[in-house]
Amino acid sequence: MSAEFYGTTLSSPLMLGTAQYPSPDILRAAVLAAQPGVVTVSLRREGARARAGQAFWSLIQELGVPVLPNTAGCHTVKEAVTTAHMAREVFGTDWIKLEVIGEQDTLQPDVFGLVEAARILAEDGFKVFPYTTEDLVVAERLMAAGCEVLMPWGAPIGSGRGLNNVFGLRALRAHFPGVPLVVDAGIGVPSHAAQALELGYDAVLINTAVAKAGDPALMARAFRLAVEAGALARTADPMEERDMAAPSTPLAGKALLG
Amino acid sequence: MNAKPRILVKGAGVAGMTAAVTLAERGGDVTLVDRAGRVGAGASWMAGGMLAPWCEAESAPAEVTAQSVDSVDWWAAHVPDVTREGSLVLAPARDVGEIARFGRRTSHFTQVGGAEIAELEPDLAGRFQKGLFFADEGHVDPRRALEALGDRLRHLGGHANMDDAPPDDNAFDWVVDCTGLNARNTLEGLRGVRGEMLLLRCPDVVLHRPVRMLHPRIPVYIVPRADHVFMVGATMVESEDAGGMTVRSMMELLNAAWTLHPGFAEAEILEMGVGLRPSYPDNMPRVRRDGRHVFINGMYRHGFLLSPARAREAADLIFGAQG
Repeated sequence: MSAEFYGTTLSSPLMLGTAQYPSPDILRAAVLAAQPGVVTVSLRREGARARAGQAFWSLIQELGVPVLPNTAGCHTVKEAVTTAHMAREVFGTDWIKLEVIGEQDTLQPDVFGLVEAARILAEDGFKVFPYTTEDLVVAERLMAAGCEVLMPWGAPIGSGRGLNNVFGLRALRAHFPGVPLVVDAGIGVPSHAAQALELGYDAVLINTAVAKAGDPALMARAFRLAVEAGALARTADPMEERDMAAPSTPLAGKALLG
Repeated sequence: MNAKPRILVKGAGVAGMTAAVTLAERGGDVTLVDRAGRVGAGASWMAGGMLAPWCEAESAPAEVTAQSVDSVDWWAAHVPDVTREGSLVLAPARDVGEIARFGRRTSHFTQVGGAEIAELEPDLAGRFQKGLFFADEGHVDPRRALEALGDRLRHLGGHANMDDAPPDDNAFDWVVDCTGLNARNTLEGLRGVRGEMLLLRCPDVVLHRPVRMLHPRIPVYIVPRADHVFMVGATMVESEDAGGMTVRSMMELLNAAWTLHPGFAEAEILEMGVGLRPSYPDNMPRVRRDGRHVFINGMYRHGFLLSPARAREAADLIFGAQG
């Protein structure tokens, strides 16, 4: 049942971000508790100049979890492409979570820049994980640009509002049945993550919800259990919603037996 | 053993200065050196100087609070100009939910509304309707405080001859290494966490205590100092780049100041500072001993808060071993 991301099956549908933890030790504890399939790491903010983030990056690599570097904080195509190249060099991976931010207040992706950066990077051999909206047409363009994974937002980054547009996310799932889909951004509590998996999404990416919890390791464990629950529920084929009550114990004939 | 152990303290940042003074008070014959040739050449010079044991509990482990509740007293007993006016935690209207979260993770505060905020800080009247007031916290000007500790060390008979060539380690009974990131090749796991800060001069705004402005992405604090000067800080970036402040960080810090009070629009920017906080993987300062070498390091963002406790720990270790 596990989706393949560019030919790789992840050990868990949980992707965990590594920013904003109170300390590297707490980050490590959260990763142990979450058992994520990948960890993401930002290069832009954390010392892109002169490899100054090396100490932190080494800590990330020592976690023993596959690394998905990201271009968080990039606002232009050029910045994102440069950051991706540096990530490939630093982490020795051609995977890149591509973010091109278009608006400062909502950190909404600039989908035009995103498609262009995705095309440039895909042509250069990168395996691109684009952070996008749930827009179907943008998704089509990203696929045409060479992406084989899509990462629509649930809600703005760090907002914790969950799946804002369930209809749109469901439509995206239906429209791209064979494409690995990841809900990235906006997940606040484990039930949001379970819901994404129940909708048929292949993974979720979480950072703030764990890093900024009072007890990040405990919240990480809660998310691990939630994605497991969601994935199991999806496999088990959930019942359909209905408008009327459907009693689990048949009532017909009960009076006669009374 | 001899009554007066000869102790060499290396590094004149907050860890070294507190250690030198504490060891001299306990009867050590202390010599302080810093290879930069002056007091506060490292991260300590850029510190906020907030003595905030309870506010720090928002993101730090409980032992930070436990080990620092007497830090305000320590500083007040050792340097002039410690301000004991508490600290104030505020949030812009749209992030007011952050106040509740901050309150859940901290203690020792009172909730304040618009009227109390106006009473504490008249210049903020009408600007904020909800906040937390930590009455028992304090703050200090780190630069003045470090210089005052230097005077105190000399007064206690210690030597702080920064201009001289570094003396031979072997001439001392003990060497206390407080050299921050310079000790990274000796101390495993030590890394730098970049911080950026601004000094502004703003005669139009008067604050009596540090104000923390909560924001989900960029929490910022503003600390008043003498002569209408304000320290605005500080970013936390997992980077060892000590190069100049970035535009992004500058915008974040200035936005926070402006949001606190529009009077900051006319402030003069006096200084942009960048420092690398020496930090262990748990972000907790540590005292380590290796023979007659004692290392006090990893102060992270808790230098002024935790250095008195760490200096005491080092002194216990040295004088305990002296017997």
